[in-house]
Amino acid sequence: MAEALATITRVAGLGMITLRADLDRAGDALAEAAGLAIPDTTGATTDGSRTLAWMSPDELLLILPQAELAQALDDLTQALMGEHGLVADVSDARAVFDVIGAGAADVVAKLAPVDAAAMPQGHLRRTRMAQTAAAIWRVDGGFRVIGFRSTADYLALILTNAAIPGSGLAPR
Amino acid sequence: MTHTPPFRLPAGGRRIDRAWQVPFRFDGRHLRGLTGDTIASALLANGQMLMGRSFKYHRPRGPMASGSEEPNALLGLGQGGRFEPNQRATTTPLTHGMITRSQNCWPSLEADIGAINNWLSPVFPAGFYYKTFIHPRPFWKHVFEPIIRRSAGLGRAPTDPDPDRYEQAYAFADTVVVGGGIAGLTAAREAADAGGTVLVLEQDGHWGGRTPTDHDGGQAAIDAALADLRGRKGVTLRRNTMATGLYDHGYLIARESLADHDPNQGIPRQRLWRIRAGRVIAATGALERPLSFACNDVPGVMLASAVRDFIADFGVAPGRRIVVVTNNDDAYRTALTAHAAGLEVPAIIDARPLADGALPQAARDAGITVLTGTAIAKVKGAKHVEGVVLCSHQGDGRPTQTIDCDVVAMSGGWSPVVHLYSHCGGKLIWDEGQSMFRPDPDRPPLGADGQGNVTVAGAANGDLRCAGDLEHPEAPTMPVWVMPARAPYTLRAKMWLDFQNDVKVTDVELAAQEGYASVEHTKRYTTLGMATDQGKLSNINGLAVLSNALNQPIQATGTTTFRPPYTPLTLATIAAEAKDDAFQPLRKTPIHAWHETHGASWEPVGHWRRPYAYPRAGEDRHTAVHREILAVRAGVGTLDASTLGKIIVKGPDAGRFLDMLYTNMMSTLPVGKCRYGLMCNENGFLMDDGVVARLSDDTWLCHTTTGGADRIHGHMEDWLQCEWWDWKVYTANLTEQFAQIAVAGPKARDVLERLSGTIDLSAEALPFMQWAEGELAGIPARVFRISFSGELSYEIAVPANRGLELWEALHLAGADLGITPYGTEAMHVMRAEKGFIMIGDETDGTIIPQDLGLDWAISKKKADYIGKRAQRRSHMTDGTRWKLVGLESLSDKVIPDGAYAVAEGVNGNGQRKTQGRVTSSYHSPTLGKPIAMGLVRHGPSRMGQVLDFPMPDGTVMQARIVDPVFYDKEGSRQNG
Repeated sequence: MAEALATITRVAGLGMITLRADLDRAGDALAEAAGLAIPDTTGATTDGSRTLAWMSPDELLLILPQAELAQALDDLTQALMGEHGLVADVSDARAVFDVIGAGAADVVAKLAPVDAAAMPQGHLRRTRMAQTAAAIWRVDGGFRVIGFRSTADYLALILTNAAIPGSGLAPR
Repeated sequence: MTHTPPFRLPAGGRRIDRAWQVPFRFDGRHLRGLTGDTIASALLANGQMLMGRSFKYHRPRGPMASGSEEPNALLGLGQGGRFEPNQRATTTPLTHGMITRSQNCWPSLEADIGAINNWLSPVFPAGFYYKTFIHPRPFWKHVFEPIIRRSAGLGRAPTDPDPDRYEQAYAFADTVVVGGGIAGLTAAREAADAGGTVLVLEQDGHWGGRTPTDHDGGQAAIDAALADLRGRKGVTLRRNTMATGLYDHGYLIARESLADHDPNQGIPRQRLWRIRAGRVIAATGALERPLSFACNDVPGVMLASAVRDFIADFGVAPGRRIVVVTNNDDAYRTALTAHAAGLEVPAIIDARPLADGALPQAARDAGITVLTGTAIAKVKGAKHVEGVVLCSHQGDGRPTQTIDCDVVAMSGGWSPVVHLYSHCGGKLIWDEGQSMFRPDPDRPPLGADGQGNVTVAGAANGDLRCAGDLEHPEAPTMPVWVMPARAPYTLRAKMWLDFQNDVKVTDVELAAQEGYASVEHTKRYTTLGMATDQGKLSNINGLAVLSNALNQPIQATGTTTFRPPYTPLTLATIAAEAKDDAFQPLRKTPIHAWHETHGASWEPVGHWRRPYAYPRAGEDRHTAVHREILAVRAGVGTLDASTLGKIIVKGPDAGRFLDMLYTNMMSTLPVGKCRYGLMCNENGFLMDDGVVARLSDDTWLCHTTTGGADRIHGHMEDWLQCEWWDWKVYTANLTEQFAQIAVAGPKARDVLERLSGTIDLSAEALPFMQWAEGELAGIPARVFRISFSGELSYEIAVPANRGLELWEALHLAGADLGITPYGTEAMHVMRAEKGFIMIGDETDGTIIPQDLGLDWAISKKKADYIGKRAQRRSHMTDGTRWKLVGLESLSDKVIPDGAYAVAEGVNGNGQRKTQGRVTSSYHSPTLGKPIAMGLVRHGPSRMGQVLDFPMPDGTVMQARIVDPVFYDKEGSRQNG
């Protein structure tokens, strides 16, 4: 039997913080607190450990190691002091999967209405996977997918189904 | 003339591999075909011309075409869950061990009792159903319709679940070329030269369309084009992929066949492609038209192109003696192909007065008789062609001679496949010179920029000789809509237009005579083109006959609407991955697995599954619910409330915003306190409720109903983004960040105090409707003193990842107190005992808070809130609106939910007048009697009165109007 198009692995140990603010006013302070540059529209900046992603004109998502979460929450709250903004820990609300392998783009293309193969590095796409909300971006060897924790089992199932051996999208 | 073997020719057949035999079954008979065969070619190779029965008259039918336009050769494939009805024998590849069976016949294909309809055909004219079954009126519903429904449809629907896997995928391309024939491949090369990505879709397993069959050197030209395209980056060639529909904005749907031939290999059987095309080039070719002569449906009458396909592609002789009948040069190719294969061609019947082009000349050179100005008056034979009776085409059908034959290869000209061009608005023009509708280049379908986004290439564009250097000159097609031209009624009544639905020339003429001037109406009246082939062969001939009958040009009649899909899609392919466990996302709380292992009986709430109750061994759900309620009322219980919406609202204008959203004041709520709130829509109707907690000076936490979480968050953002965009408010939906557990019952505090923690849970420190933050059982927690059960109650929110840990800690700590998990039904009953309303029970989208006696939760001080103005409308302030009351059954039976209370008299429809209805109704184990809530006209001022609730069985239940709060009216328990 051929191999699966990609391996699907649940990723634990990530913290996530939703940030809302006027980025024109508070961007510099947030960038300093997050340790990353403010991403362009639909973009994401990363230092390999942390990723700061653009979610909407006034919303960012910081993804970071769980161990750094508490400090980052403090730092970001401090950065927005005196500014109208919102810092919320959403780490537990999410389920994260890595889709790694030669056919990772095929797996994404079966579930999300995005041009997965053409998706550049440093870009985070808010979309859906089949019937559940998701955000995806490129990582080494494939894609990282975040969805909601309540549909984690569903997400794992559809990703695994989409990756079944022999089902690559290359023309036959 | 009889149909005689051998049916497989000794040589030829570019698609078959003679080295590999493929066994299969047809109606139980064991037959053999070859690798590369379609079912139709394999059946023909076994001498099986009869493949089906027509829908209406059950006439015997053989294959007419060799492709997706086939109206007759539809079979049932497979068995059990893999049974598929109405599969085209002409496009379905033969596979090893395939089980095929004929349809619409009983007891057998050869001797079908339904064929009696054929003898009754004079009494089944167009519109028969409409005319016959209209009187007496009640008969339609109770007598006619059930019988007609049972006899409808060709194949039977499968009854078992489909065991196969399907999937879908998204694709993006600057140019999508539909059709892998010479025109499509040429267009693909030009598109690739111009730059951008190019995706080429071919419905068949072979590239090239008709070119390899019809032209010397055709295969080489195709091979060269493919080699060129395969060498280019950005070009994708995908075969076995049928573009079925084109939608707005270049959204193209296609079906790729992956494992139809071998469903057991574990890969998806079919894939649905959802393609975003920058532009589409439709190179979809053309379909040959039948000719309308008497008995043109007898098995053995086939399209000329199909006859040559079976010979050239599959090495199959549909017959040994083939008469060709035509109005164009192209059909001469069939005569030449048959002749070259060693089959007899006694004559070519050409309706045109002259046939002097290169192809007719080649036929004459081969020694084939060409009879010009000649027509077929009638086909002889019933279950198989035995011969043709000829006549002058310009005459009325008087016989001139008879020729024995076993196949008639007919060609009435070609119609471009304009479906994709037409699916989203491209218009057609009638090309008088070529007798065809072709795309009007001035009126293409438009893209988002207002420019045409579909172009058409090759035969699909009316360019029937698109193979470039491979082509020879051909003389024009002569329009022939009825053969012979002055055929009398007796002949026209035997000329089939729609072979699947049995619509004849006289049916369309009758429709015209009865006033059906619109082609769309005629279609529906006669069912022309309404079968599973969607009239691919019949439409143009039918509307030409209609135009004749209406005495108007064909352009004035126009075509019916071309609608996707081009060929039928199975529902499984459309559903794709959404089946079995992946049918819908199932949302699970952090405590879901515990519920599962503790025997929860589930209730679907949106996409969530919540425990309805936890029945123990020997208990049914009802008994379990009662036990759970009594356990909470007497001791303590836990409810998984994690599904409740939890939305943070923060900012300098958050208080002002919430005052607009809720009917009561939220801006005045002190930090640390909770308040129950109601949310209405702009029409004043109650849409959600929940407890709001003020977390800090500028931050509130809004609890919503389970079903309302996403909707209310969207509602908030809608107002913030579209109406009050300058208000400084941010929201975040944190529903899934927290697990929330209700601990309810007189011993709730005892249990919580046994957990280590930093929160003072005493009645003094944390009274009713306040919240506190700290640690509980070592977990960061927010504890809300709120109650939906009417008991002493705490709702504890912790990070979702630690929800199960807290739940288990609670059960460990409360084990000796009999701590009991309770489900949604116990929650419902307990809230009804307390007279608390439930969104969706007491409300249905037409209820305002005032109807429910919730005036106390509507601020009189606020200048405005969403719904306030609407609630002042005269209808909303009408004193006769039904209002909330409690209902006490006079018997020990529970009044059914939804039962209506009747009033005196009847309304204009003769129905009994009503004065109220039951909105919630339960047996209360706490009170040991049935309780109910309902909405009753003038209800609150009618305490003690008795209402009648007639039941469907004719009995009447009675209930007394009482206060809706049945239990602990003072609230001492929840305040304790």
